[in-house]
This record gives sequence, structure tokens and C-alpha cells, in this order.
Amino acid sequence: MAEIKPRISVEYAENATVVTFIDEKILEETDIHALQESIMSVIEEGGRLSLILDFCNVQFLSSAVLGLLMRISKKVYEQDGQLRLCNISPRIYEIFKITRLNKIFDIYEDVKSATESLLSAD
Amino acid sequence: MASEIPVGHETVVGSSSSAVTSVREEILSKLKANSFSEEDIFAVHLALEEAFINAVRHGNRMDSKKGVKIDYSVAPDKVELTVTDEGEGFDPDTVPDPRFGENLFKPEGRGLFLMRSYMDVVKFNERGNSVCMVKNKANQETTNN
Repeated sequence: MAEIKPRISVEYAENATVVTFIDEKILEETDIHALQESIMSVIEEGGRLSLILDFCNVQFLSSAVLGLLMRISKKVYEQDGQLRLCNISPRIYEIFKITRLNKIFDIYEDVKSATESLLSAD
Repeated sequence: MASEIPVGHETVVGSSSSAVTSVREEILSKLKANSFSEEDIFAVHLALEEAFINAVRHGNRMDSKKGVKIDYSVAPDKVELTVTDEGEGFDPDTVPDPRFGENLFKPEGRGLFLMRSYMDVVKFNERGNSVCMVKNKANQETTNN
């Protein structure tokens, strides 16, 4: 497992790249920029990538992170890849629901179900 | 136990996203001390972050010479926050709903909507450079009455 700029960990599974957010709170503008750089480089390296973003450690995020997710999503789909989000806490899922972003993103309970959804989509 | 007569606090911080950290921790710890629920604390935390980032980014336009004023008071049953920037202000009624049409796919434009969703009162001054937000403590069933 490689660790990038201590903000994310990246695990290369058989059919997907799993990016796990390390921090409990994602708030600072500089952190969000660092995250964007790290994840974008993973996407660029991965080509037609199946990317799973794992929120298991995240207890708080702001709308700036939602913006980051929109940019990640755009980049993944531009490269004809797939994106899944998982392990989102109920409070954070509520933010997705309120903003209707749960209609845009494919959200799964855990990494296993997200990975299985990629297998069945192939 | 820790309930006290609400006292207004006023702090001016710089225009960077990390500048709000200490006042945020101060406010959140007062909410905990006044037995606000985790949901209420999450809501206030989110609204404060969004208001502050809007003030820095859209109000002060990231000008490090400009400050953001944060006034707050925490009472046993409600918290009131006012975030004021040094910008020209804006008309909040012109901000589109981020849930519909092409706005749903934009990376920005959700901050004000989240503030309105999570707080009980969100009102701007006439100039539009100051937002006052109120969160009432959620009704909690008590077992010690």
C-alpha cells in the first residue's frame, strides 16, 4: 500500500484502485488542494481507471470537498473510467442527500460492495 | 451543569481557511459544555465553515489584508453566529439552487444552501457582507426530570 502526502492511502486491488482518505476532517483549503493533486495524479496514471473512494475515516467535510469530488468525477469519466464512493457516515451521507449529490455519485456501503459493483458492470 | 448566561464574543481573524480554527474550537466546545447534541454541533460546525469560506473567498477575495469578524453567543438553548467580511456584499437571493439543472454538476455553489439547510435562521444584512445564523438546540428527551 502506497501512502501519498499522508492525506490518502492508495491500494491497488485486482480490478480497482482504492483511495482511502486518512483524515477525520477535511477542511483546510491547502489540504483540499493537496488531495486534489494526489488523486488527480492517481487518475492520470491509471488511464481507464476504476476508482473507489473510501470515506471510512472521514467524520466531517465541507462543500469544498463536494467540489473536489465533482472535479474527480469529471476527470474519471473523461478517461472513460468508473467511480464509486463508499463507507460514508450517516451524517455525511445526509449532506449528499440534501444537495442531491447522492443521485450523481454511485455510493456503496463498503469497499467490498463497491468492488463487486465494478465486477458486475464489466 | 455548564450552562451560563450567554455572553457575546467577538473575534476578527485573517482571510485564510486555517484562521478560523481556534474560534471554531472555542464555539464547538461551548456547545458541548451546554449539552448540544452531536447533530447540532455538526450543523453549526458546517455552517460556520461554509460562512467563513464564503467570507474569505467571495467577500474578501482572498485578500490577506482583510479580516473576517466572527461574533457569537452560546445560550443553553441556542447558538447565534454572525460572520462579517470586508467585501462589497452580494444579494443572496440571486444565488441559484445547487440541486437543479446544470448547477447540480458544478463544483461550487453549495455553501449557502448548506447553511440554510442546517441552521434554523440565516439572514443577511442589507449590504450582503454579513450573515447571522441561529441554531436552536434540538429537543432532546431527558430522563432525569
